[in-house]
Amino acid sequence: MSQPSLSEALRGVVRRDLLLAMRRRSDVAMSVFFVVIVASLFPLGVGPEQAVLRMIASGVLWVTALLACLLSLGRLFTADYLDGVLEQTLLIPQPLAVLVVGKMFSHWVISGLPVVLLSPLLGLQFGLSGESLWVLTLSLLLGTPTLSMIGAIGAALTLGLRGSGLLVALLVLPLFIPVLIFGAGAVTSSLAGIGSEANLSLLGACFMLSLAFAPWATAVALRIALE
Amino acid sequence: MYETSGDVEKTFANRTTLKSSTLRQFFFFGPSGISPNMFQTVALSGSRGERQLFSDVSVTVKPGTLLAVVGENGSGKTSFLRMLCGLLSPDKGMILWQEKDIRQLKELYTAQLTYIGHLNGIKDELTPVENLNVSACLAGDESSGEIVQKALEAVGLGRSVHRLPTRVLSQGQKRRVALARLWLSTRPLWLLDEPFASLDTAATSYLTQRLQVHLSSGGMVVVATHQEIALPTDSVQYLRLTR
Repeated sequence: MSQPSLSEALRGVVRRDLLLAMRRRSDVAMSVFFVVIVASLFPLGVGPEQAVLRMIASGVLWVTALLACLLSLGRLFTADYLDGVLEQTLLIPQPLAVLVVGKMFSHWVISGLPVVLLSPLLGLQFGLSGESLWVLTLSLLLGTPTLSMIGAIGAALTLGLRGSGLLVALLVLPLFIPVLIFGAGAVTSSLAGIGSEANLSLLGACFMLSLAFAPWATAVALRIALE
Repeated sequence: MYETSGDVEKTFANRTTLKSSTLRQFFFFGPSGISPNMFQTVALSGSRGERQLFSDVSVTVKPGTLLAVVGENGSGKTSFLRMLCGLLSPDKGMILWQEKDIRQLKELYTAQLTYIGHLNGIKDELTPVENLNVSACLAGDESSGEIVQKALEAVGLGRSVHRLPTRVLSQGQKRRVALARLWLSTRPLWLLDEPFASLDTAATSYLTQRLQVHLSSGGMVVVATHQEIALPTDSVQYLRLTR
């Protein structure tokens, strides 16, 4: 009789997902290009007015990050569901909620991390500078994992349904609102010179809260989806 | 390409026998010296949606025996097997592993079984070696390159296909990749859903041999199948699902 240790199982889940992302580089590239293009459209549409761009920067960049996360949510469980890997995952003798954290982590690495890394460059397009660029990156670093975790609940709840893409958006976008408010708020307050600590702390709190509940809720939803 | 070397067969036969002999000491000899019934279902009923699939199914699978679940299409063989895995909850009845309900055992029970479903559970983008490597790692089995390659050879997949993406393989070859897990598995209970589907005669005989080895080392197998299984009749019992 054999049983994987918890870290072995977690590593296995993450390794498979990252290996798959390496094989399907176009998927990763697409979400990166999506972010770059959407963020570049705004300065083109709004015009080169520095003050206006700086004002809308945080909101635009955060909404873009949020949409990029949403776009890739469809891939989170669907492929595994269709090829039977998901039912094998459910049979791994370790808590499903922990394995789900592995799935969330790799989703973040594939869809969230590129946005975080690109954000200073995108911020420059909007005339952000110095400290606010730094705050933007930090807020995305804290906020995008939360988006992946909340998004996973929606992806699991709509697994196997027809038209699940739109349904995920309807389910998940309202839940993204607090993250959006605190994330964009952090950048805005740093621009206004009143310090971004409060907003960043709240983002951290959102992260901890979703880490406590999202894996468990996702695991339950996955079990129901496979019944 | 589909020739299996005798060495490979022997390696796996020895591996299984060794592991399971310790298992047998651990599990099979109860206080009275008689092996307790390892796996049973008690008055199991299942349905999909409104439709009743089967009701009142009570079977016992003893160590060293195979239960072949037969029945026409749509009679609920797959649902029955998924229920035995714990993926589906029964309407009524219980599934017992060593006289304990599997719903209470949870992970302790899933650590005892290897399930190969109707879906292969392999990734098209990964190579057979990578696929098997990951699933062995997730099952806690040995997943070194050598062992994995030997398992693939045992199921009749030559080295020429080991490094190709599984996507380019035929249905039968993909099925073989999925089944290769059985050559790595050291778990006592195997639940196989139509394992012979899309296999050619060579692969069918490899699999039958593997089942034989598993059974003779005290393992248990539940198979949903349409085919006759070429195993000694005293180790096979049939369950026909009817509505």
